[in-house]
Amino acid sequence: MTAAAFPPRMPFVTARWRKSSALPGFNLTLGFTLFYLSAVILIPLAALAIKPWSLGAGGVWNVITQPRVVHALELSFGGSAIGAAINIVFGLAVAWTLVRYDFPGKRLIDAFVDLPFALPTAVAGIALSTLYAPNGWLGAPLAALGIKAAYAPLGVIIALTFIGLPFVVRTLQPVLTDLGREAEEASATLGATRLQTFRRVVLPALLPALMTGGTLAFARAVGEYGSVIFIAGNLPMKSEIAPLLIVIKLEEFDYAGAAAIGLTMLVASFFILLVLNLIQRVLLARR
Amino acid sequence: MPRRATEDSLATRLIVSIASIGFIVLFLLMPLITVFSQALAQGFDAALTALEEPDAWYAIKLTLFTAAIAVPLNAVFGIAASWAIAKFDFWGKGFLVTLIDLPFSVSPVISGLVYVLIFGMAGWFGPWLRDHDIKIIFALPGIVLATMFVTFPFVARELIPLMEDQGREEEEAAVSLGASGFSTFWRVTLPNIKWGLLYGVLLCNARAMGEFGAVSVVSGHIRGQTDTMPLQVEVLYNDYQFVGAFAVASVLALLALVTLTLKSFLEWRYADEIAATHRH
Repeated sequence: MTAAAFPPRMPFVTARWRKSSALPGFNLTLGFTLFYLSAVILIPLAALAIKPWSLGAGGVWNVITQPRVVHALELSFGGSAIGAAINIVFGLAVAWTLVRYDFPGKRLIDAFVDLPFALPTAVAGIALSTLYAPNGWLGAPLAALGIKAAYAPLGVIIALTFIGLPFVVRTLQPVLTDLGREAEEASATLGATRLQTFRRVVLPALLPALMTGGTLAFARAVGEYGSVIFIAGNLPMKSEIAPLLIVIKLEEFDYAGAAAIGLTMLVASFFILLVLNLIQRVLLARR
Repeated sequence: MPRRATEDSLATRLIVSIASIGFIVLFLLMPLITVFSQALAQGFDAALTALEEPDAWYAIKLTLFTAAIAVPLNAVFGIAASWAIAKFDFWGKGFLVTLIDLPFSVSPVISGLVYVLIFGMAGWFGPWLRDHDIKIIFALPGIVLATMFVTFPFVARELIPLMEDQGREEEEAAVSLGASGFSTFWRVTLPNIKWGLLYGVLLCNARAMGEFGAVSVVSGHIRGQTDTMPLQVEVLYNDYQFVGAFAVASVLALLALVTLTLKSFLEWRYADEIAATHRH
C-alpha cells in the first residue's frame, strides 16, 4: 500500500457558489430540500401571488376596498395589535415572576405558559366561547357589568391575546436571566429608587426583547382563525375577521377574491414586520 | 437581614405575582378547565359514549393517519435541510433558512387556500383532475398537504441551530477514516441530534394533530370522510352537541398536556442536546 492511497481521495464536485467540504451528501440533501420546499411551500404561495390578478388591478382594488373587507382587515390587524400590547404588559410580569421570584410550582407554571402552542386552536376557541358567553363563568359577571365579551369585538381581542401569550414570555425569559444584577446594584448604590432603576436601567435593556416578543405575538394573531371564530360571533362589519372572509369567499367559489384578501394580509403583515424590525434596529444601534 | 438592593419590595412582589398568576389563570387555566368540565357535564359515561360515535372514531383515525404521513415527511425534510445548511457553506444560505420559516408567518387559512387555488374546482389543475377522477381538495390528499404546509418548519428549525452548534469535526473524522456518508450520518450525526429530532417531531406532531384553519379550508367538512378531530369539534359544537364537542376536545387537550409534559422533560433532562434556544 503506497502512501498516496491514504487519505482516500474524496470525489466532490465543487461549484463556485459553495466552499469545498470533506463531507458527502451536499447535492442530495440540498436537492431534496429545494424540491420539497418548492413543491409544498413556494409553488403554492406563487399561486396566491398570481391568482388575484385574474381580476385585473382594478378588480383587486374593488375587492379589498369593500367596506366589509376593510372592516375585517382593521379588526384582524387592530385586534392583534391590542392583543400584543396586553401580552407585552402581562408577559413582562409573567417573565419577571418566573425569573426573579421563587415559589412552589414555578416549574409547572413555566411549562404551562406554552399551552397556546400545544392546544389545538378549535379547542381553545370553543373553550373561550363557552367561558365568555353571557351565561359563562366569566361572561356572566362581565354581562352584569354591562360588558359584552363573546360575540363582540372584545371576544376577538381575548382570543388573539390567548394565542400570542407565550411569545413575549419566551422571548423575555433568556434576556432577563442573562441580565446581570451589576447594573441594578450600581444604580441603587448611586441613590436611585427601585422604580427609577427599573425605568432607566432594566426597561431599556429589555426593550428590544419586548418588541420582538410583541411582534411575534402580533404576527401570529393577525392570521389566527380557529380560536377566534367561535367567540367572535362573526357579525359582518362588527366582529368578522379577515381569515373568515377568505373562507366565505372560497365557499362562494370566488377564488380570486379570496386570494386578493389573502395576498393583502400577507403584504400588509410583511410591511408592518419590516417597519417594526427597522425600529428595533434603531433601538439596538442607539445602545 | 436587610433586603438586597436589587430585590423588589414586598408590595412590588405581591402586585407583579398577582398580575402574572391572575393572567395565567384567566387566559390559560380557566379555558383548560372549561374543556374538561364541559365534557364531563353529564357524567363520564356520556363523554365516553360521545367518543364511541362512528363519526368521532373516524375523525380520530383520520387525524392519526394524517399525522402519520405529514410528520415523517417533514422530519426527513428537516434532517436533509439541516445537513445541507449546517454542514456546508454556500451562497444564499440565510435566505434559504428564511424561506423554511415562511409557513410560520402565513395564516392557517392561507395555508389551505393556496392548495385550493391549485387543485380546487376552479383552480389551475381543477378541470384536469376532475377529468381524470382524482380528488385532492375535499379529500385526504388535500388534508395531508395542508397539514404538511403548516407543520413544515418544526423539525428543520430545531435541527439547524443544533447541528450548526455541533460543528463538522466528528463527521469529517468519520469520513476521513473511510466511513460512507450514510453510515457517518447513522453512527455519528444521528446519535448527536436524536433528542433535538425527537423534540422537533413532538412539536410537529402536536400541531399536525391539532391543525384547524388550514385543514378546514381544504376538507369540505364531509362527515365520516374528511372531518379530522379538530373539525369534528367544530361540527359537534355548531350542532349544539356540547358534550360530544368537548369530549373530542378533551382528547385533544390531553394530547396537548402530554406534549407539554414531554417537552418540559426533554428541556430539563437533555438541555445540552436540544437547540440552545430552549435551555432554561
